[in-house]
Amino acid sequence: MFDFLSDYDNPTLLGAFWMTVKLTFFSGIGSLIWGTLLAAMRVSPVPLMRGFGTAYVNIVRNIPLTVIIIFTSLGLADVFGVTMGASDFQVRGFRLAILGFVVYTAAFVCEAIRSGINTVPLGQAEAARAIGLTFSQTLRLIILPQAFRSVIGPLANVLIALTKNTTVAAAIGVAEAAYLMKQMIENEAQTLLIGAVFAFGFVVLTLPTGLFLGWLSKRLAVKR
Amino acid sequence: MTSVLYDAPGPRAKRRNVLISVIFFALLALLAWFIWDAMDEKNQLEWALWKPFTQSEAWTTYLLPGLGNTLKAAALAMVIALPLGAFFGISRLSDHRWVRGPAASVIEFFRAIPVLLLILFANEAYDRWANVTTEQRQLYAVVTGLVLYNASVLAEVVRAGILALPKGQSEAAKAIGLRKGQTMRTILLPQAVTAMLPAIVSQLVVIVKDTALGGVMIGFTELLNSRGTLAANYANPIASFIVVSIIYIVLNFMLTSFASWLEQRLRRSKKSTGAVLSAEDMEELNPAATGGTYGTGAGGSI
Repeated sequence: MFDFLSDYDNPTLLGAFWMTVKLTFFSGIGSLIWGTLLAAMRVSPVPLMRGFGTAYVNIVRNIPLTVIIIFTSLGLADVFGVTMGASDFQVRGFRLAILGFVVYTAAFVCEAIRSGINTVPLGQAEAARAIGLTFSQTLRLIILPQAFRSVIGPLANVLIALTKNTTVAAAIGVAEAAYLMKQMIENEAQTLLIGAVFAFGFVVLTLPTGLFLGWLSKRLAVKR
Repeated sequence: MTSVLYDAPGPRAKRRNVLISVIFFALLALLAWFIWDAMDEKNQLEWALWKPFTQSEAWTTYLLPGLGNTLKAAALAMVIALPLGAFFGISRLSDHRWVRGPAASVIEFFRAIPVLLLILFANEAYDRWANVTTEQRQLYAVVTGLVLYNASVLAEVVRAGILALPKGQSEAAKAIGLRKGQTMRTILLPQAVTAMLPAIVSQLVVIVKDTALGGVMIGFTELLNSRGTLAANYANPIASFIVVSIIYIVLNFMLTSFASWLEQRLRRSKKSTGAVLSAEDMEELNPAATGGTYGTGAGGSI
Protein backbone atom coordinates (compact mmCIF):
# COMPACT_ATOMS: atom_id res chain seq x y z
CA MET A 1 0.00 0.00 0.00
CA PHE A 2 2.84 2.38 0.79
CA ASP A 3 5.11 1.13 -2.05
CA PHE A 4 4.78 4.33 -4.04
CA LEU A 5 6.50 6.27 -1.27
CA SER A 6 9.82 4.66 -2.12
CA ASP A 7 9.40 5.28 -5.86
CA TYR A 8 10.42 8.90 -5.45
CA ASP A 9 14.06 9.71 -4.97
CA ASN A 10 14.25 13.35 -6.07
CA PRO A 11 13.41 14.20 -3.35
CA THR A 12 12.60 11.24 -1.12
CA LEU A 13 9.80 11.66 1.41
CA LEU A 14 12.21 12.18 4.28
CA GLY A 15 14.39 14.41 2.13
CA ALA A 16 11.42 16.61 1.30
CA PHE A 17 10.46 17.04 4.94
CA TRP A 18 14.12 17.61 5.84
CA MET A 19 14.10 20.46 3.31
CA THR A 20 10.98 21.87 5.03
CA VAL A 21 12.82 21.71 8.36
CA LYS A 22 15.92 23.41 6.93
CA LEU A 23 13.84 26.17 5.33
CA THR A 24 12.04 26.76 8.64
CA PHE A 25 15.27 26.74 10.64
CA PHE A 26 17.22 29.24 8.58
CA SER A 27 14.23 31.48 7.88
CA GLY A 28 13.33 31.38 11.58
CA ILE A 29 16.77 32.56 12.66
CA GLY A 30 16.91 35.21 9.94
CA SER A 31 13.47 36.62 10.70
CA LEU A 32 14.15 36.63 14.44
CA ILE A 33 17.23 38.83 13.90
CA TRP A 34 15.66 41.15 11.30
CA GLY A 35 12.38 41.25 13.22
CA THR A 36 14.11 42.27 16.46
CA LEU A 37 15.97 45.05 14.64
CA LEU A 38 12.68 46.23 13.13
CA ALA A 39 11.03 46.21 16.57
CA ALA A 40 13.93 48.23 17.99
CA MET A 41 13.46 50.74 15.16
CA ARG A 42 9.74 50.96 15.83
CA VAL A 43 10.25 51.97 19.45
CA SER A 44 13.35 54.11 18.91
CA PRO A 45 13.45 57.86 19.71
CA VAL A 46 14.35 58.70 16.09
CA PRO A 47 11.14 59.49 14.17
CA LEU A 48 12.60 58.51 10.80
CA MET A 49 13.44 55.01 12.07
CA ARG A 50 9.99 54.64 13.60
CA GLY A 51 8.47 55.69 10.30
CA PHE A 52 10.59 53.21 8.36
CA GLY A 53 9.65 50.40 10.75
CA THR A 54 5.96 51.19 10.56
CA ALA A 55 6.00 51.48 6.78
CA TYR A 56 7.93 48.21 6.40
CA VAL A 57 5.55 46.26 8.60
CA ASN A 58 2.40 47.67 7.03
CA ILE A 59 3.61 47.12 3.48
CA VAL A 60 5.11 43.66 3.87
CA ARG A 61 2.27 42.30 6.00
CA ASN A 62 -0.26 43.10 3.31
CA ILE A 63 1.55 41.48 0.39
CA PRO A 64 0.79 37.78 -0.05
CA LEU A 65 3.81 35.61 0.78
CA THR A 66 3.31 33.88 -2.56
CA VAL A 67 3.89 37.18 -4.38
CA ILE A 68 7.14 37.72 -2.46
CA ILE A 69 8.42 34.20 -3.10
CA ILE A 70 7.57 34.29 -6.81
CA PHE A 71 9.21 37.72 -7.02
CA THR A 72 12.49 36.40 -5.60
CA SER A 73 12.60 33.91 -8.47
CA LEU A 74 11.09 35.80 -11.43
CA GLY A 75 12.19 39.25 -10.32
CA LEU A 76 15.38 39.08 -8.28
CA ALA A 77 16.96 36.06 -9.93
CA ASP A 78 15.73 36.23 -13.53
CA VAL A 79 15.76 39.99 -14.06
CA PHE A 80 18.41 41.28 -11.66
CA GLY A 81 20.61 38.16 -11.64
CA VAL A 82 20.58 37.83 -7.86
CA THR A 83 21.61 34.24 -7.26
CA MET A 84 22.79 34.47 -3.63
CA GLY A 85 26.10 32.91 -4.66
CA ALA A 86 24.53 29.69 -5.86
CA SER A 87 25.26 28.02 -9.18
CA ASP A 88 22.84 25.13 -8.76
CA PHE A 89 19.16 25.82 -9.49
CA GLN A 90 18.01 23.97 -6.38
CA VAL A 91 20.43 25.81 -4.08
CA ARG A 92 19.47 29.12 -5.67
CA GLY A 93 15.79 28.45 -5.06
CA PHE A 94 16.51 27.40 -1.47
CA ARG A 95 18.42 30.59 -0.65
CA LEU A 96 16.01 32.89 -2.45
CA ALA A 97 13.09 31.25 -0.64
CA ILE A 98 14.79 31.86 2.71
CA LEU A 99 15.33 35.49 1.75
CA GLY A 100 11.63 35.80 0.93
CA PHE A 101 10.52 34.10 4.15
CA VAL A 102 12.78 36.33 6.23
CA VAL A 103 11.48 39.50 4.57
CA TYR A 104 7.87 38.42 5.20
CA THR A 105 8.08 36.74 8.61
CA ALA A 106 10.20 39.51 10.15
CA ALA A 107 7.19 41.83 9.96
CA PHE A 108 5.21 39.44 12.17
CA VAL A 109 8.15 38.84 14.51
CA CYS A 110 8.49 42.61 14.86
CA GLU A 111 4.84 42.99 15.84
CA ALA A 112 5.08 40.13 18.34
CA ILE A 113 8.14 41.62 20.01
CA ARG A 114 6.60 45.08 20.05
CA SER A 115 3.56 43.68 21.85
CA GLY A 116 5.99 42.10 24.31
CA ILE A 117 7.69 45.44 24.90
CA ASN A 118 4.28 46.84 25.77
CA THR A 119 3.86 44.24 28.53
CA VAL A 120 6.94 45.51 30.40
CA PRO A 121 5.71 47.86 33.14
CA LEU A 122 6.37 51.58 32.78
CA GLY A 123 8.35 51.69 36.02
CA GLN A 124 11.06 49.43 34.58
CA ALA A 125 11.95 51.90 31.84
CA GLU A 126 11.65 54.83 34.23
CA ALA A 127 13.93 53.15 36.75
CA ALA A 128 16.43 52.36 34.00
CA ARG A 129 16.46 55.99 32.90
CA ALA A 130 16.72 57.16 36.51
CA ILE A 131 20.00 55.29 36.99
CA GLY A 132 21.26 56.91 33.81
CA LEU A 133 21.03 54.14 31.21
CA THR A 134 20.85 55.26 27.60
CA PHE A 135 18.05 54.21 25.24
CA SER A 136 20.00 51.32 23.77
CA GLN A 137 21.13 50.17 27.23
CA THR A 138 17.56 50.33 28.53
CA LEU A 139 16.37 48.32 25.54
CA ARG A 140 19.17 45.75 25.63
CA LEU A 141 19.50 45.21 29.37
CA ILE A 142 16.06 45.89 30.81
CA ILE A 143 13.26 45.82 28.28
CA LEU A 144 14.10 43.21 25.63
CA PRO A 145 15.09 40.40 28.04
CA GLN A 146 11.73 40.71 29.78
CA ALA A 147 9.85 41.28 26.55
CA PHE A 148 11.33 38.14 24.96
CA ARG A 149 10.22 35.99 27.85
CA SER A 150 6.66 37.19 27.51
CA VAL A 151 6.47 36.78 23.72
CA ILE A 152 7.58 33.17 23.47
CA GLY A 153 3.92 32.23 23.00
CA PRO A 154 3.23 34.64 20.12
CA LEU A 155 6.65 33.87 18.61
CA ALA A 156 5.80 30.17 18.73
CA ASN A 157 2.70 31.00 16.71
CA VAL A 158 4.83 32.82 14.17
CA LEU A 159 7.27 29.90 13.99
CA ILE A 160 4.49 27.39 13.43
CA ALA A 161 2.95 29.61 10.78
CA LEU A 162 6.39 29.86 9.18
CA THR A 163 6.72 26.07 9.14
CA LYS A 164 3.46 25.84 7.25
CA ASN A 165 4.34 28.80 5.03
CA THR A 166 7.56 27.14 3.81
CA THR A 167 5.32 25.05 1.55
CA VAL A 168 5.05 28.14 -0.67
CA ALA A 169 8.68 27.48 -1.70
CA ALA A 170 7.27 24.69 -3.88
CA ALA A 171 6.09 27.50 -6.18
CA ILE A 172 9.71 28.21 -7.18
CA GLY A 173 10.72 24.57 -7.41
CA VAL A 174 12.33 23.99 -4.02
CA ALA A 175 12.01 20.26 -3.41
CA GLU A 176 10.21 20.36 -0.07
CA ALA A 177 7.08 18.63 1.23
CA ALA A 178 4.42 20.43 -0.84
CA TYR A 179 6.55 20.02 -3.98
CA LEU A 180 6.75 16.27 -3.47
CA MET A 181 3.07 16.02 -2.57
CA LYS A 182 2.12 17.78 -5.81
CA GLN A 183 4.23 15.29 -7.79
CA MET A 184 2.88 12.26 -5.98
CA ILE A 185 -0.73 13.30 -5.98
CA GLU A 186 -0.65 13.88 -9.74
CA ASN A 187 0.99 10.54 -10.55
CA GLU A 188 -0.42 8.11 -8.04
CA ALA A 189 -3.90 6.80 -7.49
CA GLN A 190 -3.88 6.81 -3.67
CA THR A 191 -4.96 10.45 -3.32
CA LEU A 192 -6.35 10.03 0.19
CA LEU A 193 -3.35 8.12 1.45
CA ILE A 194 -0.89 10.68 0.09
CA GLY A 195 -2.89 13.49 1.66
CA ALA A 196 -2.86 11.67 4.98
CA VAL A 197 0.90 11.03 4.86
CA PHE A 198 1.73 14.69 4.27
CA ALA A 199 -0.84 15.92 6.75
CA PHE A 200 0.69 13.59 9.32
CA GLY A 201 4.15 14.94 8.50
CA PHE A 202 3.08 18.49 9.27
CA VAL A 203 1.29 17.49 12.45
CA VAL A 204 4.53 15.78 13.55
CA LEU A 205 6.50 18.94 12.77
CA THR A 206 4.20 21.51 14.34
CA LEU A 207 2.66 19.68 17.32
CA PRO A 208 5.87 19.10 19.34
CA THR A 209 7.09 22.62 18.52
CA GLY A 210 3.85 24.09 19.79
CA LEU A 211 3.76 21.95 22.91
CA PHE A 212 7.42 22.57 23.78
CA LEU A 213 7.29 26.33 23.23
CA GLY A 214 3.96 26.50 25.06
CA TRP A 215 5.50 24.77 28.04
CA LEU A 216 8.55 27.03 27.80
CA SER A 217 6.50 30.22 27.63
CA LYS A 218 4.54 29.25 30.74
CA ARG A 219 7.78 28.43 32.54
CA LEU A 220 9.64 31.56 31.53
CA ALA A 221 6.80 34.08 31.72
CA VAL A 222 7.70 36.89 34.11
CA LYS A 223 5.27 36.52 36.98
CA ARG A 224 3.87 39.90 37.89
CA MET B 1 2.96 53.86 24.99
CA THR B 2 6.38 53.01 23.69
CA SER B 3 7.55 56.57 24.27
CA VAL B 4 8.14 55.57 27.92
CA LEU B 5 11.39 54.10 26.69
CA TYR B 6 12.95 57.54 26.35
CA ASP B 7 12.53 61.00 27.85
CA ALA B 8 11.49 64.10 25.97
CA PRO B 9 14.80 64.89 24.22
CA GLY B 10 17.00 67.65 25.62
CA PRO B 11 19.44 69.68 23.50
CA ARG B 12 22.07 66.94 23.34
CA ALA B 13 19.59 64.17 22.59
CA LYS B 14 18.01 66.36 19.93
CA ARG B 15 21.37 66.85 18.24
CA ARG B 16 22.07 63.12 18.43
CA ASN B 17 18.65 62.27 17.02
CA VAL B 18 19.22 64.62 14.10
CA LEU B 19 22.59 63.02 13.45
CA ILE B 20 21.14 59.49 13.53
CA SER B 21 18.26 60.62 11.32
CA VAL B 22 20.70 62.02 8.76
CA ILE B 23 22.77 58.83 8.73
CA PHE B 24 19.68 56.63 8.51
CA PHE B 25 18.26 58.81 5.74
CA ALA B 26 21.54 58.54 3.86
CA LEU B 27 21.42 54.75 4.16
CA LEU B 28 17.83 54.63 2.91
CA ALA B 29 18.67 56.98 0.04
CA LEU B 30 21.64 54.79 -0.84
CA LEU B 31 19.41 51.73 -0.88
CA ALA B 32 16.81 53.50 -3.02
CA TRP B 33 19.50 54.69 -5.42
CA PHE B 34 20.95 51.17 -5.57
CA ILE B 35 17.55 49.71 -6.48
CA TRP B 36 16.85 52.48 -8.99
CA ASP B 37 20.25 51.96 -10.60
CA ALA B 38 19.78 48.19 -10.80
CA MET B 39 16.37 48.69 -12.43
CA ASP B 40 17.80 51.23 -14.84
CA GLU B 41 20.62 48.90 -15.79
CA LYS B 42 18.14 46.13 -16.63
CA ASN B 43 15.97 48.62 -18.54
CA GLN B 44 13.04 48.13 -16.19
CA LEU B 45 12.35 51.86 -15.95
CA GLU B 46 11.47 52.40 -19.59
CA TRP B 47 8.13 54.05 -20.02
CA ALA B 48 6.97 51.37 -22.45
CA LEU B 49 6.92 48.85 -19.63
CA TRP B 50 4.83 51.04 -17.35
CA LYS B 51 2.59 52.56 -20.00
CA PRO B 52 0.16 49.60 -20.14
CA PHE B 53 -0.98 50.40 -16.62
CA THR B 54 -2.13 53.85 -17.70
CA GLN B 55 -4.33 52.35 -20.39
CA SER B 56 -7.53 50.48 -19.87
CA GLU B 57 -6.61 47.33 -21.79
CA ALA B 58 -4.17 45.92 -19.21
CA TRP B 59 -6.77 46.47 -16.52
CA THR B 60 -9.84 45.14 -18.30
CA THR B 61 -8.05 42.14 -19.83
CA TYR B 62 -5.83 41.02 -16.99
CA LEU B 63 -5.85 42.82 -13.68
CA LEU B 64 -9.55 43.42 -13.02
CA PRO B 65 -10.71 39.90 -13.93
CA GLY B 66 -7.86 38.54 -11.79
CA LEU B 67 -8.79 40.79 -8.90
CA GLY B 68 -12.42 39.77 -9.41
CA ASN B 69 -11.52 36.10 -9.06
CA THR B 70 -9.39 36.82 -6.01
CA LEU B 71 -12.28 38.65 -4.36
CA LYS B 72 -14.77 36.01 -5.44
CA ALA B 73 -12.74 33.18 -3.93
CA ALA B 74 -12.09 35.16 -0.76
CA ALA B 75 -15.74 36.15 -0.35
CA LEU B 76 -16.99 32.60 -0.97
CA ALA B 77 -14.45 31.17 1.46
CA MET B 78 -15.43 33.69 4.11
CA VAL B 79 -19.17 33.14 3.69
CA ILE B 80 -18.85 29.36 3.93
CA ALA B 81 -16.16 29.31 6.63
CA LEU B 82 -18.04 31.56 9.04
CA PRO B 83 -21.07 29.38 9.84
CA LEU B 84 -18.86 26.29 9.74
CA GLY B 85 -16.42 27.94 12.12
CA ALA B 86 -19.25 29.03 14.41
CA PHE B 87 -20.55 25.47 14.45
CA PHE B 88 -17.19 23.97 15.39
CA GLY B 89 -16.36 26.76 17.82
CA ILE B 90 -19.61 26.25 19.70
CA SER B 91 -19.22 22.48 19.57
CA ARG B 92 -15.83 22.83 21.19
CA LEU B 93 -17.50 24.59 24.12
CA SER B 94 -20.06 21.82 24.56
CA ASP B 95 -20.64 20.21 27.95
CA HIS B 96 -20.50 16.76 26.38
CA ARG B 97 -17.12 15.24 25.91
CA TRP B 98 -18.15 13.31 22.80
CA VAL B 99 -19.04 16.60 21.10
CA ARG B 100 -16.13 18.64 22.46
CA GLY B 101 -13.48 16.04 21.61
CA PRO B 102 -14.16 15.49 17.92
CA ALA B 103 -14.71 19.22 17.35
CA ALA B 104 -11.33 19.97 18.94
CA SER B 105 -9.64 17.28 16.84
CA VAL B 106 -11.09 18.63 13.60
CA ILE B 107 -10.09 22.20 14.47
CA GLU B 108 -6.54 21.31 15.54
CA PHE B 109 -6.05 19.01 12.55
CA PHE B 110 -6.96 21.58 9.91
CA ARG B 111 -5.01 24.33 11.63
CA ALA B 112 -1.90 22.17 11.62
CA ILE B 113 -1.90 21.59 7.87
CA PRO B 114 -0.62 24.19 5.41
CA VAL B 115 -3.39 25.71 3.27
CA LEU B 116 -1.37 24.83 0.19
CA LEU B 117 -1.59 21.11 0.92
CA LEU B 118 -5.36 21.42 1.45
CA ILE B 119 -5.71 23.23 -1.88
CA LEU B 120 -3.56 20.67 -3.73
CA PHE B 121 -5.51 17.82 -2.19
CA ALA B 122 -8.91 19.39 -2.91
CA ASN B 123 -7.90 20.06 -6.51
CA GLU B 124 -6.98 16.42 -7.04
CA ALA B 125 -10.02 15.16 -5.16
CA TYR B 126 -12.41 17.21 -7.33
CA ASP B 127 -10.58 15.99 -10.42
CA ARG B 128 -10.91 12.36 -9.43
CA TRP B 129 -14.23 12.09 -7.67
CA ALA B 130 -16.37 14.99 -8.78
CA ASN B 131 -17.80 16.04 -12.07
CA VAL B 132 -16.77 19.67 -12.43
CA THR B 133 -15.16 21.55 -15.30
CA THR B 134 -11.51 22.52 -15.05
CA GLU B 135 -12.22 26.18 -14.55
CA GLN B 136 -14.75 25.55 -11.80
CA ARG B 137 -12.51 22.94 -10.25
CA GLN B 138 -9.73 25.43 -9.57
CA LEU B 139 -12.10 27.86 -7.88
CA TYR B 140 -13.69 25.02 -5.90
CA ALA B 141 -10.29 23.72 -4.81
CA VAL B 142 -9.07 27.14 -3.66
CA VAL B 143 -12.31 27.82 -1.80
CA THR B 144 -12.31 24.35 -0.22
CA GLY B 145 -8.74 24.72 1.02
CA LEU B 146 -9.40 28.19 2.38
CA VAL B 147 -12.68 27.12 4.01
CA LEU B 148 -11.16 24.13 5.81
CA TYR B 149 -8.29 26.15 7.22
CA ASN B 150 -10.14 29.37 7.99
CA ALA B 151 -13.19 27.66 9.44
CA SER B 152 -10.93 26.14 12.07
CA VAL B 153 -9.24 29.48 12.73
CA LEU B 154 -12.63 31.18 12.94
CA ALA B 155 -13.84 28.42 15.26
CA GLU B 156 -11.16 29.53 17.69
CA VAL B 157 -12.19 33.16 17.16
CA VAL B 158 -15.80 32.25 17.99
CA ARG B 159 -14.71 30.30 21.04
CA ALA B 160 -12.51 33.14 22.26
CA GLY B 161 -15.33 35.60 21.58
CA ILE B 162 -17.79 33.64 23.69
CA LEU B 163 -15.26 33.08 26.47
CA ALA B 164 -14.40 36.79 26.49
CA LEU B 165 -17.96 37.68 27.53
CA PRO B 166 -18.47 38.49 31.22
CA LYS B 167 -19.55 35.44 33.19
CA GLY B 168 -22.63 37.26 34.49
CA GLN B 169 -24.22 37.05 31.05
CA SER B 170 -24.66 33.28 31.08
CA GLU B 171 -25.35 33.24 34.82
CA ALA B 172 -28.21 35.71 34.36
CA ALA B 173 -29.54 33.62 31.48
CA LYS B 174 -29.46 30.54 33.68
CA ALA B 175 -31.18 32.45 36.48
CA ILE B 176 -34.17 33.33 34.34
CA GLY B 177 -34.44 29.70 33.33
CA LEU B 178 -33.12 29.66 29.77
CA ARG B 179 -31.92 26.35 28.43
CA LYS B 180 -28.32 25.93 27.24
CA GLY B 181 -29.27 26.25 23.58
CA GLN B 182 -31.36 29.33 24.26
CA THR B 183 -28.57 30.95 26.25
CA MET B 184 -26.15 30.41 23.40
CA ARG B 185 -28.57 31.51 20.70
CA THR B 186 -30.16 34.53 22.31
CA ILE B 187 -27.62 35.79 24.83
CA LEU B 188 -24.04 34.71 24.11
CA LEU B 189 -23.77 34.43 20.34
CA PRO B 190 -25.20 37.86 19.42
CA GLN B 191 -22.80 39.55 21.83
CA ALA B 192 -19.89 37.35 20.80
CA VAL B 193 -20.46 38.22 17.13
CA THR B 194 -19.97 41.90 17.93
CA ALA B 195 -16.85 41.12 19.93
CA MET B 196 -15.48 38.99 17.10
CA LEU B 197 -16.07 41.39 14.23
CA PRO B 198 -12.60 43.02 14.21
CA ALA B 199 -10.88 39.62 14.38
CA ILE B 200 -13.09 38.33 11.57
CA VAL B 201 -12.28 41.30 9.32
CA SER B 202 -8.56 40.74 10.02
CA GLN B 203 -8.95 37.12 9.01
CA LEU B 204 -10.24 38.31 5.63
CA VAL B 205 -6.77 39.70 4.93
CA VAL B 206 -5.31 36.23 5.46
CA ILE B 207 -7.88 34.75 3.10
CA VAL B 208 -7.22 37.35 0.39
CA LYS B 209 -3.49 36.69 0.64
CA ASP B 210 -3.88 32.93 0.50
CA THR B 211 -5.91 32.99 -2.73
CA ALA B 212 -2.58 33.71 -4.45
CA LEU B 213 -1.54 30.13 -3.67
CA GLY B 214 -4.21 28.82 -6.01
CA GLY B 215 -2.86 30.97 -8.83
CA VAL B 216 0.66 29.62 -8.60
CA MET B 217 0.08 25.99 -7.73
CA ILE B 218 -3.10 24.94 -9.54
CA GLY B 219 -3.48 27.65 -12.17
CA PHE B 220 -6.52 29.45 -10.78
CA THR B 221 -6.67 32.77 -12.67
CA GLU B 222 -6.57 35.16 -9.74
CA LEU B 223 -4.60 38.40 -9.49
CA LEU B 224 -1.10 36.91 -9.19
CA ASN B 225 -1.74 34.47 -12.02
CA SER B 226 -3.08 37.27 -14.24
CA ARG B 227 0.12 39.16 -13.52
CA GLY B 228 2.05 36.31 -15.16
CA THR B 229 -0.04 36.49 -18.33
CA LEU B 230 0.20 40.26 -18.36
CA ALA B 231 3.98 40.22 -17.92
CA ALA B 232 4.33 37.66 -20.68
CA ASN B 233 2.36 39.94 -22.98
CA TYR B 234 4.06 43.25 -22.21
CA ALA B 235 7.46 41.84 -21.08
CA ASN B 236 7.39 43.91 -17.91
CA PRO B 237 7.94 41.52 -14.97
CA ILE B 238 9.14 44.09 -12.45
CA ALA B 239 6.53 46.70 -13.28
CA SER B 240 3.75 44.13 -13.11
CA PHE B 241 4.98 42.81 -9.76
CA ILE B 242 5.03 46.34 -8.35
CA VAL B 243 1.55 47.20 -9.60
CA VAL B 244 0.03 43.92 -8.40
CA SER B 245 1.71 44.29 -4.99
CA ILE B 246 0.28 47.78 -4.68
CA ILE B 247 -3.20 46.45 -5.43
CA TYR B 248 -2.82 43.81 -2.70
CA ILE B 249 -1.38 46.34 -0.24
CA VAL B 250 -4.18 48.87 -0.81
CA LEU B 251 -6.89 46.22 -0.58
CA ASN B 252 -5.52 44.59 2.56
CA PHE B 253 -4.57 47.87 4.17
CA MET B 254 -8.17 49.02 3.79
CA LEU B 255 -9.36 45.82 5.48
CA THR B 256 -6.80 46.17 8.30
CA SER B 257 -7.72 49.81 8.88
CA PHE B 258 -11.40 48.93 8.82
CA ALA B 259 -10.78 46.23 11.43
CA SER B 260 -8.98 48.57 13.81
CA TRP B 261 -11.54 51.34 13.26
CA LEU B 262 -14.26 48.81 14.08
CA GLU B 263 -12.38 47.66 17.15
CA GLN B 264 -12.01 51.17 18.53
CA ARG B 265 -15.62 51.97 17.81
CA LEU B 266 -16.83 48.82 19.54
CA ARG B 267 -14.61 49.41 22.54
CA ARG B 268 -16.10 52.87 22.95
CA SER B 269 -19.65 51.71 22.45
CA LYS B 270 -21.80 51.85 25.58
CA LYS B 271 -24.07 49.07 24.41
CA SER B 272 -21.43 46.35 24.29
CA THR B 273 -20.13 44.31 27.20
CA GLY B 274 -16.68 45.64 26.53
CA ALA B 275 -15.48 42.34 25.13
CA VAL B 276 -13.74 43.02 21.83
CA LEU B 277 -11.26 40.75 20.07
CA SER B 278 -8.62 42.10 17.76
CA ALA B 279 -6.40 39.86 15.65
CA GLU B 280 -3.52 40.41 18.09
CA ASP B 281 -5.71 39.52 21.05
CA MET B 282 -6.48 36.27 19.34
CA GLU B 283 -2.84 35.26 19.13
CA GLU B 284 -2.37 35.91 22.81
CA LEU B 285 -5.77 34.65 23.95
CA ASN B 286 -5.67 31.42 22.04
CA PRO B 287 -3.31 29.38 24.15
CA ALA B 288 -3.29 30.97 27.52
CA ALA B 289 -6.52 32.68 28.46
CA THR B 290 -9.00 30.39 26.76
CA GLY B 291 -7.46 27.34 28.35
CA GLY B 292 -6.80 25.67 25.03
CA THR B 293 -3.77 23.64 24.16
CA TYR B 294 -0.92 25.34 22.42
CA GLY B 295 -2.63 24.99 19.09
CA THR B 296 -0.70 23.00 16.58
CA GLY B 297 -1.40 25.40 13.82
CA ALA B 298 -1.83 28.81 15.28
CA GLY B 299 -0.70 31.95 13.55
CA GLY B 300 -4.13 33.19 12.58
CA SER B 301 -3.08 36.48 11.09
CA ILE B 302 0.05 35.46 9.20
